[in-house]
Amino acid sequence: MSDLLEINDLRVHFPVKKGLFQRPKQYVKALNGVDLNVRQGETLGIVGESGCGKSTLARSIMGLEEPTSGEILFNGKDYMNADAKDIHHMRRDVQMIFQDPYTSLNPRMKAGESIAAPLKAYKETDRVEKRVRELLELVGLDPDTDYHKLPHEFSGGQRQRIGIARALALEPKLIICDEPVSALDVSVQAQVLNLLQDLQKKLGLTYVFIAHDLSVINHIADRVAVMYLGKVMEKVDAGSFQSQALHPYSRALLSAVPVPDPSEERRLDRIVLNGELPSPADLPSGCVFHTRCPLATERCRTEVPVLEEKHNPNQKVACFHTG
Amino acid sequence: MLKVDNLHVHLDTSDGIVKAVDGVTFSIEAGETIGIVGESGSGKSVLAHSLMRLNPEPPATYPKGKVYVNDRNVLQMNKKELRHLRGNQVAMVFQDPMSSLNPVFKVGKQLIEGIQAHRKRPKKEAKEKAIELLRDVGIPDPESRIDSYPHQFSGGMRQRVLIAMALASEPKLLVADEPTTALDVTIQAQVLDLLKQIQHKYGAAILIITHDLGVVAQLADRILVMYAGRIVEFGSTQDIFYRTAMPYTWSLLRSIPTAGAKRRLIPIDGQPPSLIHPPKGCNFEPRCPFATDACRHIDPDLEPRGDGHQAACILSASEFESIKEEVASS
Repeated sequence: MSDLLEINDLRVHFPVKKGLFQRPKQYVKALNGVDLNVRQGETLGIVGESGCGKSTLARSIMGLEEPTSGEILFNGKDYMNADAKDIHHMRRDVQMIFQDPYTSLNPRMKAGESIAAPLKAYKETDRVEKRVRELLELVGLDPDTDYHKLPHEFSGGQRQRIGIARALALEPKLIICDEPVSALDVSVQAQVLNLLQDLQKKLGLTYVFIAHDLSVINHIADRVAVMYLGKVMEKVDAGSFQSQALHPYSRALLSAVPVPDPSEERRLDRIVLNGELPSPADLPSGCVFHTRCPLATERCRTEVPVLEEKHNPNQKVACFHTG
Repeated sequence: MLKVDNLHVHLDTSDGIVKAVDGVTFSIEAGETIGIVGESGSGKSVLAHSLMRLNPEPPATYPKGKVYVNDRNVLQMNKKELRHLRGNQVAMVFQDPMSSLNPVFKVGKQLIEGIQAHRKRPKKEAKEKAIELLRDVGIPDPESRIDSYPHQFSGGMRQRVLIAMALASEPKLLVADEPTTALDVTIQAQVLDLLKQIQHKYGAAILIITHDLGVVAQLADRILVMYAGRIVEFGSTQDIFYRTAMPYTWSLLRSIPTAGAKRRLIPIDGQPPSLIHPPKGCNFEPRCPFATDACRHIDPDLEPRGDGHQAACILSASEFESIKEEVASS
């Protein structure tokens, strides 16, 4: 499979302005050298806690954030140095599904209008209504009754379906799903996850799926990237993530998830990480995880580990202690 | 120590009366942990708030039922008695640590205020108590952190402060409403560990409300499953997970993604019913894969399914067991 999206050494730093002349004194390093590739037709899951940079990454891929350095290649083309017209064209190939179905839809626009909006933005005004009806049907809504309803008349899960239909309107190649099910109840979450999988099969979509819920990521992703403080700590096939993740942060994350099985949970030895996430404006030296890592040594405090192959070609880990 | 008897809570809205809690009966023993699970709108928060009468009145009314804390009915208490109840006997930890602390006062001042409200004591003593509480909930360097403002704490630390506040007067029951929902998993693990330690040290009963079945599996001794304002199943954690006796609980457990096996998820179709005009028969009937014609007319009561295990379904334990496989494979 070829790479649809390639991200090389991506950095996004936000200046923190202080003092009388508002000169930037400090930088919040939201992304600090991220390398990722997304293959055609796969789902790349991105996990990490708040502040790890996963949403900044999503926004950068969408072209909503200006990277400080690095490159984003979409279909082999440089995204960042393209002119406005090219970006306009590329952007229709990359769409986004947002976390909160309650705030990502205009409360005064009918469902059909919301879904038609991207079509109008790209001047595809032919047979808009027919297209919207097809899209509504595709995501499991009723084109006859739901077309003219307002967002408040839908439940959370149905609203997320409208968001999905809207993202699909321009027939994109890549969809960035930023926590698409975290605001939904479990029974409805399953409906939306199934829908996303069906659509992927039917339309050959590629997903970058961002979530903090590891069981959701495990379920939907083909490969998983674990992020911590603006860096990728580990990349691994989703199938072996649970059992073979090597990075101490990945292991801690996995063990922190409460398992919905009373016997298993009480048997498991949990790794409870001490302390809190350091500020991304004042990153620790060496390995960014060393302040909370149970395996940290002197070397971790001074040297930065690079993401390298461990054990098999499908697993890359940034840690000195994983052999 | 706490007994809820046939409690009804109605919310008076412009669209009609929402029967948020519709006949709930259960009790909590001293020192145990009970988990309430249910989807949004199932009435779990309204139920928990009723225990301290924290639902704003209006719109909330309590047309029927009783809530006993140490043999006194909370629903008949006057303001003074309620003040004594809240904090002293029952304390609450809220979901969002960002909005539950006053941003313009130092954490220590808010904590000391709480300590002095419940028992008159000199300021110096109250301050010592505050430091001790902060240390108990695992805040490093409490002597200096006591002079910090809430914004100087992270989310997990703020939740620890709220737990310290709730513990200020050593309540017999701690009600935690989604205490870890706003937190990251590694911080959630820390806070859940803390709740267990606190329970051990203070001997308080804990009522934890959550939508996360993992959290209750880990923490609770007994679990109460709510659907559409009612308890639909109640039993030990083992009963609920391994001897599930009610289609809703069963469907809920099947809808969560589990590690390892990549099977297709089985969602619960449809939506929870309107609580203004609930269906005639069983509330779950429209979404239930086991439903028969009878379910449209019969509204099942919570009935015993074994020692301390109750479920609300017209199917008996053995009937449910025998057709479960068949429904699962269809």
